[in-house]
Formats: sequence, C-alpha cells, structure tokens
Amino acid sequence: MAAVQDGQMELDAEKETKPEILSDGTSNLSGNTASGTLSSSPLTAAPAGGAPKMEDQQTLIAVLQFLKRNKLTDSVEILRREAGLGEDQEDSQATDGSGGGKGDVDGGDANSLLSRVSITSAAAPQSVIIFHSIIFFYSYRFGKVGGADDQPDVSVVLSAYSQQGDPSLYQVYYSGLKNFIESVLDCHRAELSQLFYPLFVHMYLELVYNNHENEAKAFFEKFSGDQECYYQDDLRVLCGLTKKEHLKGNEVLLDFRTSRFVLRISRDSYQLLKRHLQERHNNQIWNIIQEHLYIDIFDGMPRSKSQIDSMSGSLAGEGKREVNKAKVFHGLLKEPEIEVPLDDEDDEAENEEGKPKKKKTKKDSLGSKSKKQDPNAPQQNRIPLPELKDSDKLDKIMYMKESTKRIRLGPENLPSICFYTFLNAYQGLTAVDFTDDSSLLAGGFADSTVRVWSVTPKKLRKVKSAADLNMIDKESDDVLERIMDEKTASESKILYGHSGPVYGVSFSPDRNYLLSSSEDGTVRLWSLLTFTCLVGYKGHNYPVWDTQFSPFGYYFVSGGHDRVARLWATDHYQPLRIFAGHLADVTCTRFHPNSNYVATGSTDRTIRLWDVLNGNCVRIFTGHKGPIHSLAFSPNGKFLASGSTDGRVLLWDIGHGLMIGELKGHTDTIYSLKFSRDGEILASGSMDNTVRLWNSMKAFDEVETDDFTATTGHIHLPDNSQELLLGTYHSKSTPVTHLHFTRRNLLLAAGAYNSQ
Amino acid sequence: MTEREERRFAEVPRESIKLMAESTGVELSEEVAALLAEDVCYRLREATQNSSQFMRHAKRRKLSVEDFNRALRWSNTETVCGYGAQDALPFRPLKEGELFFVEDREINLVELALATNIPKGCAETMVRVHVSYLDGKGNLEPQGTVPTAVQSLSEDLLKYYQQITRAILGEDPHLMKVKSVSHDLDQLNRLLHMVKSLVQNPYLYLGSYVRSLVSSVMYCILEPLAASINPLNDHWTLRDYAALLLSHIFWTHGDLVSGLYHQILLSLQKVLSDPVRPLCSHYGAVVGLHALGWKAVERVLYPHLPAYWANLQAVLDDYSVSNAQVKADGHKVYGAILVAVERLLKMKALSLTLAAGGGSAGLPGTTTGAVGFRENSPGLSPPPEPLSEPPLGIASHLQAGGAGCQWEEWTPVSLPAMYCELYSFFGDSLAVRFSTDPPLGGAPSSRSCQPLEGRKEPASGAPNLENTRKMPQLTASMNISPRQDGSPRMEPQPPSLAATVPGRSLARSSSSSSSVSRSRSSSSRPGRSTSQSRDIFPKARFPLPQAGPPAFSFIIGGRQMGRRCQGRRFQTSFTPTPPLNTLPPRAYAHKLPVIGRVSKPVRRWTCSHYSLHLPL
Repeated sequence: MAAVQDGQMELDAEKETKPEILSDGTSNLSGNTASGTLSSSPLTAAPAGGAPKMEDQQTLIAVLQFLKRNKLTDSVEILRREAGLGEDQEDSQATDGSGGGKGDVDGGDANSLLSRVSITSAAAPQSVIIFHSIIFFYSYRFGKVGGADDQPDVSVVLSAYSQQGDPSLYQVYYSGLKNFIESVLDCHRAELSQLFYPLFVHMYLELVYNNHENEAKAFFEKFSGDQECYYQDDLRVLCGLTKKEHLKGNEVLLDFRTSRFVLRISRDSYQLLKRHLQERHNNQIWNIIQEHLYIDIFDGMPRSKSQIDSMSGSLAGEGKREVNKAKVFHGLLKEPEIEVPLDDEDDEAENEEGKPKKKKTKKDSLGSKSKKQDPNAPQQNRIPLPELKDSDKLDKIMYMKESTKRIRLGPENLPSICFYTFLNAYQGLTAVDFTDDSSLLAGGFADSTVRVWSVTPKKLRKVKSAADLNMIDKESDDVLERIMDEKTASESKILYGHSGPVYGVSFSPDRNYLLSSSEDGTVRLWSLLTFTCLVGYKGHNYPVWDTQFSPFGYYFVSGGHDRVARLWATDHYQPLRIFAGHLADVTCTRFHPNSNYVATGSTDRTIRLWDVLNGNCVRIFTGHKGPIHSLAFSPNGKFLASGSTDGRVLLWDIGHGLMIGELKGHTDTIYSLKFSRDGEILASGSMDNTVRLWNSMKAFDEVETDDFTATTGHIHLPDNSQELLLGTYHSKSTPVTHLHFTRRNLLLAAGAYNSQ
Repeated sequence: MTEREERRFAEVPRESIKLMAESTGVELSEEVAALLAEDVCYRLREATQNSSQFMRHAKRRKLSVEDFNRALRWSNTETVCGYGAQDALPFRPLKEGELFFVEDREINLVELALATNIPKGCAETMVRVHVSYLDGKGNLEPQGTVPTAVQSLSEDLLKYYQQITRAILGEDPHLMKVKSVSHDLDQLNRLLHMVKSLVQNPYLYLGSYVRSLVSSVMYCILEPLAASINPLNDHWTLRDYAALLLSHIFWTHGDLVSGLYHQILLSLQKVLSDPVRPLCSHYGAVVGLHALGWKAVERVLYPHLPAYWANLQAVLDDYSVSNAQVKADGHKVYGAILVAVERLLKMKALSLTLAAGGGSAGLPGTTTGAVGFRENSPGLSPPPEPLSEPPLGIASHLQAGGAGCQWEEWTPVSLPAMYCELYSFFGDSLAVRFSTDPPLGGAPSSRSCQPLEGRKEPASGAPNLENTRKMPQLTASMNISPRQDGSPRMEPQPPSLAATVPGRSLARSSSSSSSVSRSRSSSSRPGRSTSQSRDIFPKARFPLPQAGPPAFSFIIGGRQMGRRCQGRRFQTSFTPTPPLNTLPPRAYAHKLPVIGRVSKPVRRWTCSHYSLHLPL
C-alpha cells in the first residue's frame, strides 16, 4: 500500500499550499480547488489514478517554484518539509525548467491564476505544463473520482482558452502548419500528421469558447475533412457544438481538456516541428502544443504511417511509453496441492481416440505447473485470497478430471459449437454468463430481471425455509441434499430487484452467488441457494455497464458510466479500490487469471490494466477505433484480447505492453471473446450474427519481441487476419452475446433470437 | 464534402419553436426563437448521442424510445411519454406541407374492450440449445449469397446493390423477394420508396430493369396482399402510393420500354374485369388507372363501369354483418372510382374547352362549349365494347387474340353522354357539375332552388332509406359549410401520395374530421356563391346572397395527386341557364352515403411538430 499512502501525503501537501495561493488574492481557481478538497473523501483519494509518481513530484516542484517566485518563503518551507523534498532536487528541476525561454506573450490581463501562471512561465514553458498537470491532477481526483461535481472544474479548464488570438488568423495558422507538414520529408510527415487532430480540436474549441461562432464553423468546415476517419465520432460531437454555453457540461470536451493528448514523435521530427514554429513565430500553435499536448519524444527512426495508425485512435492519444514500463506479474498463481484420487476407471463410455495419451500429458503438465513457480507470477499472497473450502477442492478435482478429457484444439481440430438461443426474449437480452462448469446459465434482461437456467437435467431448487431447516437431521450425510426444497424445483428462476436493464451478470466460481449490474447504478449479489438478493452495492450512481467475479471468488470488479472501475469484496459494502483514469465510460471489466490485475475497456477507446494491490494503472493500450465492448485474458495470463465496435479484435502482450495482433473480419460490434481452455483458439462473437475462430497460438508465436520493439513500442503488425481466421460460423439471425468454453473445450455460444 | 452532408443534423426550425410557444401561450420574438431553436437542436443531439450508449449496451442495433428516455432521465430532463410502443412508429411524409409526422391511428376502445379474441400472453422466455457446428464443420457457405442476376454487375454497382439491400432488408437474407414480405406493409412501403429513389436517381440508367420495377410496383397495387386480411392494416395507402409511383415511372421512363403502357393497362383491365378478385385488387386497379391519367380511365374504366357497377352495387347493398368488411372495402372502391371519373370528366371538359373555345373565354362557358361541340353524342348507352381496347396501335401484338384491330372501333364518348351515364351511376356524389341536358337547355327560368327541391323529392324518393341514412352526416357538415351542398363530394378518398390517410375507418367516425377540413375549405373560399343546379338537399335554409353571374367554385375535398395544395379549387361560372328537370334515368340511384374519410391536415400539422421530440 506504499503508493497509496504516497498519494495521500502529496494531497495533503497540496492542501497546504492552497491557502497561500488564496492569500495571493487571485481568482476563482482557489475557491474551486478548495471545494474540491472538501468533497474528497479519503476513500476516493486512496487509489491514485494513472498519474505516475514522477509527475507528482514535478507537480510539487512546480508549486514550489511558483511560491518562491511570489516570495512566499514560509509556505515553501512548509511544503518542502511536508513533501520531504531536498533543495537540490528542486533546483536541478528549476534550471531544467527555465531552459527554453521565449518572452513574447502579452502580460496584460492577469485576471485568473491560470493566465498569471502562464504569463510568468512564459520564460519557462515547461512549468506551464506542470501547472496544467496540477489542474489535471485536481480535476482528476476531485472532479472525476468524486463523481458528483465536475462543474467547478469546468471554468478552470475552459479559462485556459481565454487567451486571445485573432480568430480570423486561426485558419492561416492551421493551414500554415498543414502546408509545412505536407512539405516535409515523407518519413516525418506521418509522424507530424498526428498533430492535426489535437490541434484542430483545440483550436476549434478555443474559437468556440471565445464566441467566434462563425469563425469556428468556417474553421471546422475547412479542416474537418483532413482528419483521420477514425475520429469521425468525435468530430460529429464537435460539429454540433458551436456555443460557449454548450461547452460546459460536455463530457467529450472535458475529457479532452483534462487530459493531455499524447503523441509519440521521434526526436528528429520534433526538432523539425519546433524549428518551423519558431521560425514562423507561430505562437498560437506553439502554445497549444505546450499546454494541451504531451509529446513523447523518442530517439530513433520515425514511425511509419501504418505503425502510427495502428496505435492511434483513442480519445487522448497514445499511452505514454513509460506508463507501460511498469512490471506486471502476469504469470499464474501456483495451483494448490490437492491429491487427485487416481480413479482412472473411466465409467463414461466415451472412447475418443488418443485419449490415454492426452491424459498423460495433461497430468504431467499439471504436475509440473504446481512444482516450479512461474518467474512472472506474483507472490502467492500478493493480494489476500480466500481460503479454499472443501467444496472448492472437490470442484478443483472435478475440474482436473474434466480437463483430462479435454479435446486438444488446433487449426485442424476445431471445437464443436453449441448455440444456446434465447427464444421469446422480447424484453431484450442484455447479458449472459455461464458457470465455469457450464451447468448454469444466467441472462440479464432489459426489463430489469435476471433469469437463471439450469442447462443440465438437475433442476434449480431453493433452500428450505428456516422453520423447515430446523426439522432436518443435521448429522446426516446427505444434509446438503436435505436442505433443498424439492417443491421449488424448476428449470429456471427469475430474480427481481433491479430497476433498470441488467447490463452485466457474473457467476461466482463456487456457483453459490451471482452478480448483476444494472442501469439503476447498483451491483447486486444474489444467492443461488435461496434465489434472493443478498446485497446491493451502491457507489457508481450511474449505470453500471459490467461486472465480473474474480477467478478466486470474493472480489469482484465493476465499471460504469461514471468512468471508474471499482473493486469490491463481497463482504464490504464500499469499494476497496477505485480505478480512475478512463476518460469515458468503462464498458467492460475483466479479472486477470491470477486475480492480481483488472483490465478495463472504455468508450475512450483505450484499455487499461490496473494493479489490484495498489490501484495503479500499469498498462494503457491504444489502437482501437471504437468503444471497447469485450475483453478476454488468455488462460496463461500473458495476453489480452479486446474487441470493439469497429469489428476488430486486437491482441496485446501484457508483459511487454505491446499490440501484437489485429484480427479483422467481423462487420459489427464484438460483444464476446473467449480463449479456449488451452489458449489455442480465440473465439469471437459479434452483432453480425457470427462466431469466428482465430488461431491465437499462431498469432502469439509469430510476434518477434526484440529489444527494439520492446523499448520503443513500435510494432510491425503483419496483416494476416485471413491466415489466422479458422472459421466463420453463422447463427440464425441471433447476435452472439456470450461465448464460453466448457472444461472439455466445447464452445458454447448464447444470444437472443432476433426475429426482425 | 459528402462527409459533411452526412454529418448534417436534423434541425428544428424556428417556426416550430414559435408554434410550440404559441400553443402554450407564449409569444416569442424572432431572435429568441432562433436562439431557442439552436439550443434545442444541440440538446436533442446531445441526448441522442447519450442515448446511443444505452442501445449499444443493450446489444441492439436499433435505437429505441426507451433508450432516449433513459438518456433524458440521466440528464435530469422530463421523459417523453407516449411513444413506447414496441412496433415501429411509421413516420409518414405529407407531401403538400413538407411535413413529417408519426402516424397516430385512432383506436376504437369499445371495439378493443369487447373484442373476443383476447391476445395470448407472449410465450415464456426460454433457452434452447442445439449443436450448430460439429467439430467446426457445418454449413460453411456464407448465407445471403448474391443472386445470379447481380453477379454480372460491376464492382461499383455491386457495392450499390449491397448497400441498398442492406438498407432495405436489413441483415435478413430471407427478404430477398417481394412476395415473401407481403405480410409486412412496412417492408413493402420501404421497397416502394426504394423504387422511387431508384427511379428518381438521374445517374441511373434503368434500361430494361424498368419492366421488373414496374412488375413489382404492380404487385403492390394489385395483389391481394396478406396484410389486407387485417382491416387495421393500411394497405390502401400502399396501393395509392404504388399507383402514383407507377405513373411516375411511366412518365419518366416509359420511353425505355416499348409497349409498357399497354401492358400496364392490360393487366389493370384484367384485374378489373375479374370478379373473383378481391375488392382491394379492384381498388388498386382503379387507382392505378387514375394515376395513369384520365385517358386511361376513359379507355378502360369507363367502358367497363356498367358491368362492374352491378357487382359493386351488390356488395354495397348487402347490409349483413358478415358483409361489413367487404362492404367497407366496396366503399373504398366506390370512392376511388368516383375520384377517377370526376377527373376524367373534368379533364375531358377542359380538353374540349380548349379545343372548342380556343382559349378565348377560358373556363367560362365550358358547358356550352362542350355542348356545342358534341352534338352528335351517341346517347346514353355505353359503348358496345367495354373492354380490351388497346389505345395505341403499336402494342396491339400484346393483345391476346386479334383484338388489336378494335382500335378503330373504339369511339370516344362525348362528354355529355358520359356525364349522363356517370350521373346515373353516381348521382349527386359526382362533384363535377354540368348540366346534363344540353340539348334541352332551353328553359332559362328562375334560379331559385325551390323547383330543384321539388324536383328532388320525386326523383330520389325511391331509395328512401338511404336518404335517412345520409341525414346526420349531412347536417353536420352543412352547419359548418353552408355553401357546400353537402354532397359527399368531399368524402371519397383520392389517391394521394401524401399518404395521410389514416387507415381505413368506418365512415361514421369521420364526420368530425371531415367537418374540420370542410370548415377550412369553406373559410378559404372567397365569397359564397349560390348553389347551382343539382342541389338535392335543403339548400334553401341558407340565404342565397346573389343574383349576379352565378360563378361557382368548388373544392375537391381531398388532394389531387401531384398538386401541392390542400385541395383544388376550380372556378367556373355558369351561364345562367340552370338545367332543367330532365333527369337521367336513375337506374342506379345514388345509394352511397359517405365514402372513406377525409384526412385531417390541420390536426396532423401540429401533431407533427410535437413529434419532433422523437429521436430519429
């Protein structure tokens, strides 16, 4: 929990500084942040978002510099003491910061703190960035995480646009830059073209903010056609926005403002750009680049157009390289030692050829796994996991037995597919889940109900009432059987409780509980013994799009419209961690097989991987061009697959933080992804009424992760979707909502028949 | 630039805002309205964008009203109620006013409450499992294979085809044929619209495809669709629309296919002369003829009318309960025929005028001119060969048998004769007024209505019961519109592309709505002129304010197709020679009270504005 405390302390430090700024007699900013401070509970502050520690420190230093400049030595002292920063550290940063000076910003209107700072820091552009990051930091923690009041931040954020330039010149500026970029060498052009979109948006917003409606419209008309096609959705939102009043409360804008668009540009290209802007004295653009863009400069060859395209597309640019540098323990946890009763007399009459051999290999692999520890695996007790109960052990044994009969899949040996069709689902099927042993099926519906079916002959029964339970003999061997009420046996049960469409359902691994998340802002925990609701977890306050149990039970994660994912434990009514950092709705959440990490996909077109232990964001994957609606970890924990509305599946190497594959073929949103039990096949199910099978083994093997790619994050994606596609399977006008591999590698698909 | 076209949003005009404000009693200045309109647009877009995420998470492709309401609720806005129906809300265009509105059908609650066929609850949601693909093998061939006809297309056209089929038919490959969708009016409607856009696309050379287009349109006009079985389905509108489309295709692309006109006429005629066909097919045929122009009506429908009339009359005279549905259909056909015939008369009159009067007097003196022109009218009998005249010699080879030679035999009937005959069928339902007795037109007596009154009694006295039936309807209308004589001329439903016809409904229920439109039309009429010759109903109640040249104008209640006006006004001034008492033989006296129902443009208009709340 070290990092968490760290964050807390920094917060305190900043709280200290605020009164000083206030006394400086400056603007509304202080008031806003003060209210933000008040609204922050320790809970929300605890797990810091994706902001790495380095940046926090820079933030602090910037504040220190600011205080110094304003001759507030006392507070400098206090702050330094609180933060535990050495003088030398700060100085070194300071000299660093005041390097590239350019002193031609008018110093006239200093009506807000922000503009004040930007003026003073005209000599030190870097500190402008830093100060922005403070605001970013604040809006981040208090605006987003607190959820309730984004409003105070808006004016702050927007006031950054108040600096005036001649509105009629914006087109000139932009087209000047455009001409320049189009005239540079090919190798640089692709990289510098990345600037177009963020610049375009910021300039447009600036025009709108300063009430130059007509100029804004003209600007949009003229240059919107130049933007990459994958930004169309954003542009559509922008296009409708022509009034200053509309800016306030517009989420997309806030997202765009509070985050800094990240670009990866090689040093050569960057120098080229810088030189050009300085020659032309193109301050307008330079200011925007300084304030709203984060240029991640790397040494080496500039990237090609296709390389850039494969990584861009997200709402806030690419992930910074250092974000993906953190070590991720993606290995699996050691299997608990359980003596498997060696009753190999197979009573079942299934005689698949080659079975004994397979069994043997499986046994071996299982044994070896338990013996030697995966080097990439986290500590067994890195996060506390629930103890195994007897029933869990029984289940594990069942699992192992089943897995010995598992069919080994491959390109020549494709799985059979069973389709579970929901008929008469007029109310709208929104979510489906299978238990791991494929015995139960749950469906969430738009009419707020959750329905559970037994897909085996065994019927669903409730536990007897308390009075009846007193009557039974508790010493008998079959007490577990006796507690069940035969009268209630039925094929399916309906769970009532939500007051909005149920967008996510998830079974607990022990099949005793069911989670459901709904539009009504709650996650509910249901008992599958009594078929009643046990807990309603409130906290999201907005629609909860997805929820999932940890593979070990006890923990679960949920993500929703409030742009955060939350980690819960079933016995806590408040979340244990809040994963904040996404710029838009969290649409899907998945646990890593070792339960130490959580992956979230979002409408901001990024995927983030979070450390459950400290709440840090350890990976940001960009490259999707549409909201992400499905995620799947490979069984070995090394890879992640993600599917989005753009109909593409992307494959990610978690350890290296790289994109390693792109699977094209679907024509509509991919709502479900699943790896086969051995990870050899990836199945994807989509709105286009098809299931597609992909050769994931081949996709993973072909990746060459040399040092260069690992360090720079550059990837060369072979366009081999067609080779990797093993089969396309059509359903009968039934969108595929969920996919599941049984323990023997039979593929189950589920969806609601759509008669229209 | 095309991208920008796509990105353009639906806009709420400031007129609508003003209208809304007025409806709540607020007066808005132009500026405020403009500002509000812009803000409303923005908020609408925002809400729509927000609502799309609910759609995505519900794993649907269609945005529902519910989604939109959720978005509104989460942004603390009042939700829009009343549009939660599961089935699609048909969004209908109104050609005349550039308006679109959600069709809001009236539901007879009494009928619903007393209905004996209580709908069964929908079946239980259940899960069925089936092994789709064993070992990854199964029907690997992709569904929705492209029909062979399409394969020869170039790549661009293929793309076009795919886009179209996708847009029209959705993802379902089963809907590739028109016939398979005959149960779904919406689908058919969409298909027709597609045909229309195909026809209108100036960059498409349809060539020989016109024929197949025509055949599918004809299908929509003529076939007894499965949907027709349910009286609630508004297949009439579909037929009307298809008929219009047919004429459109014909006029624009008729030159591409030789003999198209004949073929069409032939098939329409065949349907019309086939008594076994259901009435809705007949209706389609009549409407189709009407749409093809008055010449078509004259050549096919008119000659056939006597024969057909008997059948129709039989239907209409049957008052048994079991016949109610058929009878209602019969009224529809009756209305369609009436409209077609009226137009025929009018056009004919006009053409005669032009021919005779030489444009000197224009409309005035129409009747006299006509009369003078056609002295040698063959009398009242219908032409001997009512059917199977190919109007143009070219296509005679299409005619089965040697009927082609009959072209010469077909003699155009003179206007007065035609009018007389038609009047014998329709009686006063005919909106076009001529003096039926030009040859006897010598009696220039008083213009008072009294003699007419008196005349009327003995004339139409025979079907007394029908008079009494008529009364309530008439009085209702007369109160509002004194000038209009209350003949059901307003009632017949014209084939209108606007498709405002809100479903077929019983005539009784329409009195209120028709009175609305009537009051409108009466108010828009400049000075009320006297009733003219043929008023059968107690016009005398109203003051007759005139003595001058008895100009009269009348409005055909519905819309004439192709005209963008709310009703068409004809002005004719009569020579002060009122017709006299020579009545045509009323073999088939006017027995029909009210046909169909006039649409309600006024109400619809406001309604359509409210509907702007709806997300697209």
